[in-house]
Amino acid sequence: MNYATLPLFLVALHGCAPKNPTQAITGDAAEKVYVAPGKHDEFYNIVSGGFSGQVTVYGLPSGRLFRQIPVFSQNPESGWGYSEETKPMLMTSHGFAPWDDSHHIALSTTNGEHDGKWAFVNGNNTPRIARISLKTFRTEEIIEIPNASGNHSSPFLTENSEYAIAGTRFSFPLDYTGANTDVAINSYKENFKGTVSFVAINKETGNMNIAFQLLLPGINFDLSRGGRGPSRDWFFFSCYNTEQANTLLEVNASQKDKDFIMAVNWKKCEEYVKAGKGKMLGVKYAHNTYSEETHSATSTIIKEVLTLDPKELKDLIYFMPCPKSPHGCDVDPTGKYIVGSGKLAAIIPVFSFDKIIKAIGDKNFEGEYDGIPVLKYDAVLHGEVKKPGLGPLHTEFDGKGFAYTSFFVSSEIVKWDIEKLTVVDRVPTYYSIGHLCIPGGPTVKPHGKYVIAYNKITKDRYLPTGPELTQSAQLYDISGEKMKLLLDFPTIGEPHYAEAIPATLVAPNSLKIFKIENNKHAYVTKSEKDARVVREGNKIHVYMTSMRSHFVPDNIEGIRLGDEVYFHVTNLEQDWDVPHGFAVKGAGNAELLIMPGETATLKWVPDRVGVQAIYCTDFCSALHQEMQGYARVSPAGSSTPLKWSTGETPEAGLPAASK
Amino acid sequence: MKLKLLITCALSLSLFSCTSRQEAEEAAKGSPSPVDAAIEQPEEHGTEVKEIVLSNPLNMEWVEAAKIIYDTKCLSCHKLTDEKVVGPGWKDVTKRRQPVWIMNMITNVDMMLEEDEEAQKLLEQCLVRMPNQNISQDEARQLIEFMRHNDGEK
Repeated sequence: MNYATLPLFLVALHGCAPKNPTQAITGDAAEKVYVAPGKHDEFYNIVSGGFSGQVTVYGLPSGRLFRQIPVFSQNPESGWGYSEETKPMLMTSHGFAPWDDSHHIALSTTNGEHDGKWAFVNGNNTPRIARISLKTFRTEEIIEIPNASGNHSSPFLTENSEYAIAGTRFSFPLDYTGANTDVAINSYKENFKGTVSFVAINKETGNMNIAFQLLLPGINFDLSRGGRGPSRDWFFFSCYNTEQANTLLEVNASQKDKDFIMAVNWKKCEEYVKAGKGKMLGVKYAHNTYSEETHSATSTIIKEVLTLDPKELKDLIYFMPCPKSPHGCDVDPTGKYIVGSGKLAAIIPVFSFDKIIKAIGDKNFEGEYDGIPVLKYDAVLHGEVKKPGLGPLHTEFDGKGFAYTSFFVSSEIVKWDIEKLTVVDRVPTYYSIGHLCIPGGPTVKPHGKYVIAYNKITKDRYLPTGPELTQSAQLYDISGEKMKLLLDFPTIGEPHYAEAIPATLVAPNSLKIFKIENNKHAYVTKSEKDARVVREGNKIHVYMTSMRSHFVPDNIEGIRLGDEVYFHVTNLEQDWDVPHGFAVKGAGNAELLIMPGETATLKWVPDRVGVQAIYCTDFCSALHQEMQGYARVSPAGSSTPLKWSTGETPEAGLPAASK
Repeated sequence: MKLKLLITCALSLSLFSCTSRQEAEEAAKGSPSPVDAAIEQPEEHGTEVKEIVLSNPLNMEWVEAAKIIYDTKCLSCHKLTDEKVVGPGWKDVTKRRQPVWIMNMITNVDMMLEEDEEAQKLLEQCLVRMPNQNISQDEARQLIEFMRHNDGEK
């Protein structure tokens, strides 16, 4: 049996799958997801873009795609990562890194409830965390994580968004200044370490900085969740590969009966930091910020990070045994229970926070792992959900005492009672669900109503498009006792974690335009009167404006082969949804899409002598096709004078709009 | 304003065909819904100006302030001569139009294009909607002073 048909087969074995997918739909499904033309959805669904490196925004219950927000990957559609202003956002200590693998969304919370300010998303490959403004739906900040490899257990937040978390999936020889990194790979046990970083978030601005980093044993840190309510001072991480294998982990990291959930007392960490117990290590990482006022990004390299060593500083972290390579590590809305999902386990263990605290107080340890106390499994266990399904991955909550766990292998969502630990319902997913999302599911007040399955396999759900298919998500109604399938919708990139938030918390704050008065771009042109072309050596700066439906200037002469031309285009419009585009023939990078009141810059290095057209790429008005112009490129060393104009023609003799 | 009220009423009556009757009733009672919230974003544009008072001599501070607004937000389409670029030149505009008409074209163009025949005629001629340039009523009033100055008033 091949891998892809396995889940289908197992679903069938479970006896809960309908004979064909359409049988799963109940009569009123269409009515429940229909959002009439011109009407709005009730929720925003902010979805990670997986290997697309981006974040996508959908409406629920309709499943309509609104927007793809460029984050870690260049996007020629808007010039993200191509324009001079946005290139610094993709800088890292490795240089320009225009792609990443984005996995998890974390929406900011205040007192454990959604506040609608920011969305955070991790870059898994070149370890980073990005912050997206929910006012502009733009990436405002990206911070690289030093001493990290595979930033997977990230960017989950503490209850008041004090911190975003970054934990290394891959342990490796940490590469701080002076460390020996050129070691044999099979010296893993001796030389490989992991870290968990606490990235502080400024309450007002959202700006991030790495407050401290925990130096940890060399194992894999997979997923994490902040505590809430009684457990708010703690953070929980699933850990696997406690075998410390460095090859064929599929087999070698599946040896032990139990791995760990790691509990971190971050308040205690803060105390140690305050008491000066941290140790500064030399590192190198990039911190990139984008300003709404200058419409430009800056990238700064930071050279040190404060570390705490839990082997020396006591009472910071504890390990709890958790069956079989745990993946999901989720905290229920009351903050009393922590659910571990052992990928290979036939049960779901639920840990009790009260019992954890008691076991720590009683020093009820079964031993130590690399100097870290390991609590006794039975002492911290609330109980186990027996035979819930195969391959549990992640758990979300409805705020009514139920948990919803995704099962990859048996391809289903299982609803269970947190107190009683009994399964109450199950529905098949199509196919092989990974993450799942309930609106507000990871907050203290879930909004409930729906659960969305983000699947790993699409197969026959849509019209085929060759070997490469769209990704698949499913929406289920959870307002009743039984979960009901309502809708399939395709997604971009492989969707990992997603969150959904009521539109009322976001839509009223959505920005319509950038006020031109507030534009502080270094190359802004606030009036056609100021439009001009300036030569600085072999650099030509074009101060250009756009307005329905003309550029000023739209005729430029005096560029010479060998020049670098910077088109700084300011969109003078102040009307909602009137962007202008800018393109020039032969541009080796991208186009620009410039929002009202914004300035953006395209660098163009002409490669031949001649007259090249420029034009607006966004249909802006009835005269959009007239929104065009020319740039003349003369041979190197020619004496063609630098000239620019709009509306100056020898025949018509119209007065020039510029000079 | 009339138009906007109509839209709001229509939306609150026909909210969410997919919600329960109870929710629909709540919505009809005027409880906030995502739809209303999304539409009710504050925007300076769109309130009808019914009357303004003109006086002489001109307020030269307003004329100066409006010059800055003009350069950034108006100049691209309106010259100070009678030349039409995207929109009509401003020479003698204060003699052709009532000040209230001009104010509403600047700050409430949706209503004007819906209701005003002269505004509709201009759209047919220019084929570009007079844009919302995010100009407040106070700023529009200053622009009136600037136009009067351009037309030779003292």
